[in-house]
Amino acid sequence: MTYQEWFREDRLPHIYCTGCGNGTVINCTLMAVDEMGWKKEDTAFISGIGCSSRAPGYIVTDSLHTTHGRALAFATGVKLGNPDLHVVVFTGDGDLAAIGGNHFIHACRRNIDLTVVCMNNQIYGMTGGQGSPTTPMGALSTTTPYGSAEPAFDLCELAMAAGANYVSRWTSYHVKELTRAVLTGMQTPGLSFIEALVQCPTNYGRRNKFKQVLDQVEFMRSHTVLIQKLKRMEEQGEKFPDPVIPVGEFVRRNRPALGVKV
Amino acid sequence: MTRTDFMQGNTACAEGALAAGCRFFGGYPITPSTEVAEHMARKLPKAGGVFIQMEDEIASMASIIGASWAGKRSMTATSGPGFSLMMENIGYAVMTETPCVVVNIQRGGPSTGQPTMSGQGDMMQCRFGSHGDYSVIALAPASVQEMFDLTAKAFNLSDRFRTPAFLMADEIIGHMREKLVIPDTVPMQGRKPLQQGVLPFHPDEDLVPGFPQFGKGYGVHVTGLTHDERGYPCATSPALHEELVKRLVNKIESHRDEIADYDVVNPDAETVFISYGVPARSVQQVLHDQKNPDVGHLRLKLVWPFPDSALRIFKNAKTFLVPELNLGQIAREVQRHTKNEVVMLPKLGGALHSPAELTTVLEGYL
Ligand SMILES: Cc1ncc(C[n+]2csc(CCOP(=O)(O)OP(=O)(O)O)c2C)c(N)n1
Ligand SMILES: [Mg+2]
Repeated sequence: MTYQEWFREDRLPHIYCTGCGNGTVINCTLMAVDEMGWKKEDTAFISGIGCSSRAPGYIVTDSLHTTHGRALAFATGVKLGNPDLHVVVFTGDGDLAAIGGNHFIHACRRNIDLTVVCMNNQIYGMTGGQGSPTTPMGALSTTTPYGSAEPAFDLCELAMAAGANYVSRWTSYHVKELTRAVLTGMQTPGLSFIEALVQCPTNYGRRNKFKQVLDQVEFMRSHTVLIQKLKRMEEQGEKFPDPVIPVGEFVRRNRPALGVKV
Repeated sequence: MTRTDFMQGNTACAEGALAAGCRFFGGYPITPSTEVAEHMARKLPKAGGVFIQMEDEIASMASIIGASWAGKRSMTATSGPGFSLMMENIGYAVMTETPCVVVNIQRGGPSTGQPTMSGQGDMMQCRFGSHGDYSVIALAPASVQEMFDLTAKAFNLSDRFRTPAFLMADEIIGHMREKLVIPDTVPMQGRKPLQQGVLPFHPDEDLVPGFPQFGKGYGVHVTGLTHDERGYPCATSPALHEELVKRLVNKIESHRDEIADYDVVNPDAETVFISYGVPARSVQQVLHDQKNPDVGHLRLKLVWPFPDSALRIFKNAKTFLVPELNLGQIAREVQRHTKNEVVMLPKLGGALHSPAELTTVLEGYL
């Protein structure tokens, strides 16, 4: 079986814009699922509302496309209702960290056995480009026309502090690493959080000096540094990209977890 | 074996749920409903079920919908402020045709209002509180026995019609202690599973589609967006939206008489009390004291869908007296269905109408 068989072909064409990074993340996730050897009938995809949250609709398994911000609360019910199911959550930065922020920290605290993949485009894509909790300071959006004045959330630090067993960040540029991270997350009992930074040419790039799709992908390539390496560079006073995006595995641990199949 | 017990309404509600096979409870503490959650927390793990205290009522509602798709009979319990928070996901349950039971032990509102006092101010919120057009099923217990019986029944109605079912109780019934007869088994009517080869949202003749439980290989896509019979989003077709919403409404409204549940006393009376929930207790006392065949009582055990045909049982009725612990929410519904005089007997603040109070009103109409 290949990961392509997991796509619900009669749903095509999909809603994503040309150049959107979400498709890459869906591919990586399905490649990880394929490597896990999960069966379709034992797997459920759950999401909230947003472009990113449309992903489950393109996958052939049982899927629950819920309300804005609440995917993790629905997923908690599905997983505890039937721990035999493998439950994967697709979410966006607004869905997860704004309206769903409380559910995010509590799902991490409970360390419930879910794989959570956040497509962080640093913007509200679906509603046309408003600022989100991960919009960088200074960035332009339709609701931050003079540049965002607010500091942004670091989703991985948040997940780690709240107690998730596995946390990592990659980008849509890092296809291999992202796939491996999702796979490792799926193998780790408890809550696994994988943040995937994605380009959003339509609603982020266009307003923020990324004229071409590849400009934003190139930014993600050249401004990411492996966390461990970044720490070393900081200690040794070496120069690193500004702004810098730490990527890699933030934590992998074995806190007590909820809903793990026995 | 049938056993007799003496217990609090909220505990009886939890026992009714357990007897009906409820195996998932997601909730958040709020007075005067908390005892339901506490009893479920004690009992569910021993019954092989799951109790989880969620981070708020939005999450509670979400969790019971998720558990329902995973195949569990699921329930939450709350009161006014929590009920308000549940509204968006209640609409989601309606749109996705998810069976689940929501218990509202009503208190005085608006806002934080009177946490420890009784009220019936959420009857219209229950009917119309989430956005968009839809219908619901709502029961109204008037005794500890009915906290048990009607909770169990709510699960059957919810599964039968694939819609959230509400137990609209109140603080007095929730906290009152009375005799309870616990039957050996309760009637069970489960979900009909989706037949192979049938589209997941294709309704049967009764307008209700079969249930494609997660994990059974159906590969169903469930969305709160307007969807076609495959379950796929299709949110811009006026015809499809109209057809879907009308079906969601009609699958309940066209079964009004099947769903209806009420008691009738003195059907030939000219003056008739209509009550639901706790005010029924005062009305029963009045009828008991009066012993007058010209005073009738229609006691609704189920308020939504409104059982309008029950009004026509009272062929000689001239006046309907409607005591309720709000400013006339169901009295207005009665008005919509009759040309008879409808007298609102509203009461706020937490106390019941006393039998003496109702008798004085009644005497003005005899
Ligand atoms: C309760 C509620 N508030 C607001 C909205 C409108 N809305 C839809 S998607 C969205 C933002 C989505 O942003 P994000 O989660 O980052 O997803 P993206 O589209 O960027 O992938 C908002 C605000 C909604 N659907 N529900
Ligand atoms: Mg976004």
